[in-house]
Amino acid sequence: MADTRLKSLDAAFTTKGLTKTYGEGPAAVHALRGVDLVIPDGEFVVLLGPSGSGKSTLLNILGGLDRPSAGSAHFKDTELTALSDAELTRYRRDHVGFVFQFYNLMPSLNARENVELVTEIARTPLDPDEALALVGLDKRAHHFPSEMSGGEQQRVAIARAVAKRPTVLFCDEPTGALDSATGRAVLKVLTDVNEQLGTTVIIVTHAANTAQLADRVIHFADGSIREVIENTAKLTAEQIEW
Amino acid sequence: MVSPLNRKLLRDLARIKGQAAAIGLVIALGVLMLVMMTGLVNTLDQTRLAYYDRYRLADVFAPVTRTPERMLDRLAALPGVAAVEGRVSGGALIDIGARELPVRAQALSLPDLGRPRLNDVYLVDGRLPDLGRADEILLLDGFAKARGLKLNDRLIATMNGTKRSFRITGFAQSPEFLYSTAPGEMVPDDARFAVFWMRQAALAAAYDMQGAFNQAIMALTRGTNEQAVILAADQILAPYGASGAYGLDDLMSNRFVSEEIKGLQSTSTVIPPIFLGVAAFLLYIVINRMVQAEREQIGLLKAFGYSSWEVSFHYLKLVLVIAVLGAIVGSIGGIAAGNSLAVVYQQYYKFPFLVFSVDPRSFVTGFAVSILTASVGSLFVLRGVFRLTPAVAMRPPAPPDYSRAFDLAARLKRWLDQPSRMVLRRLTRYPGRMLGAVVGIGTGLALSVASLTLMAGFDTTLDLSFNVMNRGDMNVSFTTTQTDKALLELGRLPGVEHVEPSRAVPAVFRNGTYSYRGAIEGRPEFPILSRVIDANETPVSMRREGVILSKPLADILHLSAGDMLTAEIREGRRPVLSLPVIGVAETLMGAPAFMEIGVLSRAMNEPGQITGATLTLDEARLDNLIDDLKAMPMIAGIALKSDTRDALVEIMNTGPGSVRYVMLAVAAIITFGIVYNSARIAFAERQRDLASLRVMGFTKAEASFVLLGELAVVTLAALPLGVGLGYGLTYLTVKGFSTDIYQIPVTFSPHSFGMAVSAVLVAAGVSGWLVKRELDRVDLVAALKTRD
Repeated sequence: MADTRLKSLDAAFTTKGLTKTYGEGPAAVHALRGVDLVIPDGEFVVLLGPSGSGKSTLLNILGGLDRPSAGSAHFKDTELTALSDAELTRYRRDHVGFVFQFYNLMPSLNARENVELVTEIARTPLDPDEALALVGLDKRAHHFPSEMSGGEQQRVAIARAVAKRPTVLFCDEPTGALDSATGRAVLKVLTDVNEQLGTTVIIVTHAANTAQLADRVIHFADGSIREVIENTAKLTAEQIEW
Repeated sequence: MVSPLNRKLLRDLARIKGQAAAIGLVIALGVLMLVMMTGLVNTLDQTRLAYYDRYRLADVFAPVTRTPERMLDRLAALPGVAAVEGRVSGGALIDIGARELPVRAQALSLPDLGRPRLNDVYLVDGRLPDLGRADEILLLDGFAKARGLKLNDRLIATMNGTKRSFRITGFAQSPEFLYSTAPGEMVPDDARFAVFWMRQAALAAAYDMQGAFNQAIMALTRGTNEQAVILAADQILAPYGASGAYGLDDLMSNRFVSEEIKGLQSTSTVIPPIFLGVAAFLLYIVINRMVQAEREQIGLLKAFGYSSWEVSFHYLKLVLVIAVLGAIVGSIGGIAAGNSLAVVYQQYYKFPFLVFSVDPRSFVTGFAVSILTASVGSLFVLRGVFRLTPAVAMRPPAPPDYSRAFDLAARLKRWLDQPSRMVLRRLTRYPGRMLGAVVGIGTGLALSVASLTLMAGFDTTLDLSFNVMNRGDMNVSFTTTQTDKALLELGRLPGVEHVEPSRAVPAVFRNGTYSYRGAIEGRPEFPILSRVIDANETPVSMRREGVILSKPLADILHLSAGDMLTAEIREGRRPVLSLPVIGVAETLMGAPAFMEIGVLSRAMNEPGQITGATLTLDEARLDNLIDDLKAMPMIAGIALKSDTRDALVEIMNTGPGSVRYVMLAVAAIITFGIVYNSARIAFAERQRDLASLRVMGFTKAEASFVLLGELAVVTLAALPLGVGLGYGLTYLTVKGFSTDIYQIPVTFSPHSFGMAVSAVLVAAGVSGWLVKRELDRVDLVAALKTRD
């Protein structure tokens, strides 16, 4: 018990009875059914589960993109569920980085400019070139998304997400659209960010192999946490099976 | 059984029903205008011709002083003359009552037995006068209605110096008087000019015309050279004081109606193409988006073995359904609107019947044009469908390629933040589409500028005519030319403050092959009450050495200052004058020529003769003055400026001039439609980018900037273009709206431009606000999950 309290002191996120229901009556979909969870600061966390298990919903709520139907979610000492729209925007701007399955780069900006999009509004950003170097794309800074492969685009998306030095990086199926080699490279970047910058990384995926990289693996099923595993035998991105 | 592709088509239509309806409506409006205007023009034209035909309107009119009836046989014998009739026509003054201005009237004879062979009348109510009853008249219906007269009412009229009392036996309409205008006046006014008919014997007695006529009217056989008949008739009638025969084209009423129909026709060619062009542009964008979004499905269809043609045709069908439905709605609406407008015009022109003439060609044109414009827009898109191979199509879409666009943003790097760069890159990446939006908004602005300038032009016409040029309160005209002693008499009347003489001399102007029937107007050397102005609105003095032409007359005759004008005077000794043109003046009504009155009289060899006067009055003594004027036998007509002004305003507001309000409404709809659609489409295309920005922590205002910045740039770029187009369009429309009665001056005022620009900015502001509201409501998660 004492152990849990100690951890919750430097918890990045704490949720209590987090519930999310879409629709009403018999047609209602229960995406989250009362989730209690603590995610410690600085960890590499993988949310694992089949599609429809509620993992993306949790990520969206923690990322300030969505609101729960009931329950509470805290980011450090801040209660996310009590924030206004403007405050949520502020929260995303100052603390959160996102990486999506379909990259969501601005096609009209080149790689460097896509990163600058974020560094311009961040308080203590990385240098954009440094961020691109981190993902190994410093040589391709002036290329537009249309001139890059899927893996490269995803790495630019990661560079863009980490360039603001976010406290936490959310990734929704970051390797979902990639082949094994590029997928590995992307995961390598994510672990590097976690280790070198100390950023909390939370990855939502249904690819079980990603779990081998994690400090903590949270298994989801039917809107509830089925199991939380602390992984003591972490592998590197090069070592995981694909 | 509906094929799966067609079922997809129906569902796609249902999905984009809002947008499809909006575009279909734009097409429908264009087709509606086209069908309505061509239908209206056709109906009016056919009705006019049928009316002329059924009531046997003459082709040639030959006024004379007095000709014995036997001369009619000589006219009838002229080759090409199908029928001749001699009639008596006389001026009269109707006394409406004490202290009321007398009304000018024209008395015309009906044959003693039966109906006229030419220029028959349509009997609205009552009967024709009896032969034996010299006090019975048939009255023009328009005047009776304007004055509230009923059958058997009595009317007092002064004819040939004698006051007579008449009983009204019937009301009539006549193809000769679709517009009723007193001789020598420009503005038709039902209440201020009357026509009445009497039996020949009675009218001849009143004007001392027994056994004679003072107007011969002739119908010609088809294919006859009108000019030859006019020349021959002039020769035969020359000994009898012929003032020159003229054809139907120079009959005032017919001239006005033809001019107005022509004006309607020209507006009908300006507006519909604008609508259809806008619709083509919008369809292009919508189909383009749809094909982009459905590339996977296209790939799939091709993989299944559908040919590129079949797939393209599937999308083309969607366009065609919208275009055809729009054309159907437009055609039906166009017929309905055209018919109800025709009924309005029927009353305006006083046609006894309407020949509805729906030209099937206008449907064919409407359908063809709408299908064509719609297809042109989508053909560019379908080229893309052809190029798409199944393998490429089924891979996730590559991001739109910005690497090859002209990179203005990179050049301006130092001054731009990333969101501004996104705005600029999109503009330079899709220059064609941006240009389309710019041209669209510019066209809307141009339409607004043209409508507003036109509106202002109508006001300028009124202001210049009645405040700058005609500064008198009243115009009087005399029955015959008077010596200038008449001026002294008028000046002595209590209530008259200033008197200025005028003289009007009918003439045929010629310059080589160009000719025009009009009048020379004599004015004092420095007119004060009836001024002539130049293009800068400065008064022009009547210099003694020549003639000053009005701008329209100078244009008709192709003359300018320094040229010589030939004027065949149609009065008195009928001299042929050769006059140097010493200037061109701006006039807004008719196409007169001006000379110093003394010089004109001397050229006529009738020094000191005048035919009218302009007066300023003491309004308080108007009532007594009217009675005094009515007691003066030399006065043929009195017109108060305020009445003339009211009549002109009425004509401008009820005739084709009223279309200017429709134009203004159309301009507003088009402008807003394009601005809003551009904003909507930009929003739809960038929804995911904008959601990404919001997720990254950009505020609503910051994300909106990327969207609204684009709208702002497009709108601002459209302003100078719209202003430029506005100049051209204004000249086109003003020309269409100017008629023989009044000309609309093109006076560009900063006010019109300011108003039009403000309207576009307001439309942009409202559109921006509407899409911003949608942007603020976007479900971020859903927007990001879509692959677009």
